[in-house]
Amino acid sequence: MRRIISVLLENEPGALSRVVGLFSQRNYNIETLTVAPTEDETLSRLTVTTTGSDKVIEQITKQLNKLIEVVKLVDLTEGAHIERELMLVKLKATGAQRAEIKRTVDIFRGQIVDVTSTVYTVQLAGNSDKLDAFIQAVGTAGVLEVVRSGVSGIARGEKVLSL
Amino acid sequence: MELLSGADMLIRSLQDEGIEYVYGYPGGAALHIYDALFRQDKVKHILVRHEQAAVHMADGYARASGKPGTVLVTSGPGATNTITGIATAFMDSIPMVVLCGQVASTLIGEDAFQETDMIGVSRPVVKHNLSVRHPEEIPEIVRKAYHIASTGRPGPVVVDIPKDMTTPNERYEYSYPKKVKLRSYNPAVRGHTGQIRKAVDMLLSARRPMIYAGGGVILGKATEQLTELTRMLGFPITNTLMGIGGYPASDKQSLGWLGMHGTYESNMAMHHADLILAIGARFDDRVTNATEKFCPGARIIHIDIDPASISKTVEADVPIVGPVDSVLREMIGMVKESEQKPDAGALEAWWKQINDWRAFHGMRYETSDDVIKPQEVIEMLHRLTNGEAYVTTDVGQHQMFAAQYYKFDKPNRWINSGGLGTMGFGLPAAMGVKLNYPDDEVLCITGEGSIQMNIQELSTCTQYNLPVKIINLNNQALGMVKQWQDMNYESRHAESYMGSLPDFIKLAEAYGHVGMRIDRKEDLESKLKEALAMKDRLVFVDVQVDRFEHVYPMQVARGAMKDMWLSKTERV
Repeated sequence: MRRIISVLLENEPGALSRVVGLFSQRNYNIETLTVAPTEDETLSRLTVTTTGSDKVIEQITKQLNKLIEVVKLVDLTEGAHIERELMLVKLKATGAQRAEIKRTVDIFRGQIVDVTSTVYTVQLAGNSDKLDAFIQAVGTAGVLEVVRSGVSGIARGEKVLSL
Repeated sequence: MELLSGADMLIRSLQDEGIEYVYGYPGGAALHIYDALFRQDKVKHILVRHEQAAVHMADGYARASGKPGTVLVTSGPGATNTITGIATAFMDSIPMVVLCGQVASTLIGEDAFQETDMIGVSRPVVKHNLSVRHPEEIPEIVRKAYHIASTGRPGPVVVDIPKDMTTPNERYEYSYPKKVKLRSYNPAVRGHTGQIRKAVDMLLSARRPMIYAGGGVILGKATEQLTELTRMLGFPITNTLMGIGGYPASDKQSLGWLGMHGTYESNMAMHHADLILAIGARFDDRVTNATEKFCPGARIIHIDIDPASISKTVEADVPIVGPVDSVLREMIGMVKESEQKPDAGALEAWWKQINDWRAFHGMRYETSDDVIKPQEVIEMLHRLTNGEAYVTTDVGQHQMFAAQYYKFDKPNRWINSGGLGTMGFGLPAAMGVKLNYPDDEVLCITGEGSIQMNIQELSTCTQYNLPVKIINLNNQALGMVKQWQDMNYESRHAESYMGSLPDFIKLAEAYGHVGMRIDRKEDLESKLKEALAMKDRLVFVDVQVDRFEHVYPMQVARGAMKDMWLSKTERV
């Protein structure tokens, strides 16, 4: 099953490589990984999406918790949560395609953030399925370049992941 | 406050940590540190001949004493040579701090001379590693390193020290912290009482219980509590290879150790048990055999300080995360207070069954009138040392024979590389023990393959007068490899023979030691006695043993606990 694990990590050199190293060393999957500092400058927030049986996921969270630099973690998929991914796509946009692409972008509530006479650059945020669906809708033939940020997530409601 | 250079702070920190010996080897990036060592006499340095041996020495000391060992090496090759030793300690959860020199911080990343990313290289085989970024951090980093290495589930910690952090003429205020602040590192201090109560209820209603105790009992200094609980309950107990000595092997409740080369009765009792109390053990593949066939009728209580050890390979019904000593103490209290007592009738029937299993195999082996059997060498050593010696081993058949036939009644005396299986471990580990316990008998039981992996340390033994006794069970082949080839590869002995063995007697003598050869069975006892009587000399005893012997019992690959070879021809 796909899981989103969110980690508060000491903001120190080498901490990220310890997390990444753990995944390859123990043969766990990483589908996406994002990391950035938080409002508390001593902490980074890392979000990793992974797949595995319940047993594997349990081991992943236990092994992550064993890392000295991991301060706290939560499996967001255990409760209601919001997940978002940001995508930037360069699309071939000439002639009649231009209007069609514009309509599709509107339907997906994206924005065209850069324009040339032949290319639209589109920004789109949402869960990963929505981003996949957009690519499918515009057709892969017209796609020149795709950049995806990987998943960020947060729990719904009062629950917070903090110290 | 005192002003000290980074190098002096490092050595002062070791003094304040109470470190007596540092095992190591100097080199460019560590020279400021070595100079600081030279200018004091509290911390003593033992110069090995290869850095791997320094780590095994520190490891041997740690296993015998329960305290962290300390290693000091230079950058690059000095540091990378420690990796096998660090991985050995990591797999067996041995507390240790490895201090590595590093090129100056201004050169890091430039492929400087003797530069290696030791933080990166060591990452998968350490509990943690730390890098010094400012000399002032040194006391706190040292305190953190020892704290992390020796608390919770112990393990090795590497400290990487760039050369410019130890520059002699840059001085800083020194004070050694009493405590360390680590907000993200809080090992469990006690088990969950509700879980412990649940476990006790299960124990008291079990009909075919089995206690399965691992190295965690030794590391967690809980042998007393384990013995008390086991005797109070009257249950059979098996120790893992790493847990040997955690419960007296000569006691009638002990079934010996379990797993691939464990006793028949231990493996049978595990397979047929209805309740397993696992204590500081990790259901290693060399114990469980095929996990899907593991102990089909048993519910499992698992006590461990490391939550990640629980349900990693075998699902636990009642997990208890906590230090084994305090959890067992709490269990003992609950058993005492409980009105329910273990089911005497069920236990009697269970013991009858176990005693039948015991009688069936009984660790028998065929003896011969002329050829020396490796098993009888170990049995004789046990007798001649009253079972009191510290025994280190390398890896292979000799290791298994030593574990099977030297009955340990005390913890911390059996010292082997159980998890990583490191050949070359035995001699330096024995040296580490002998240095710290000079009045005790220290045996290194080895084979002619393993001993050659760190044979250069015979020189270190000369320099520091370390009169260990090396018992080389010489079968002129890599015995365990050959055994597997006999059993699985139709006796095609690919590369398992060494065609050019040295004359070990001359070799020992060349280093200034005593060499002794035993090739006749009638000389075995008298010559071993003679060797052991030379208290102040290292004696290298080369014993020519049966070249065709196999280790039994041996579990059948991918089978259940109960599937074993009992000899070359009997399979159950």
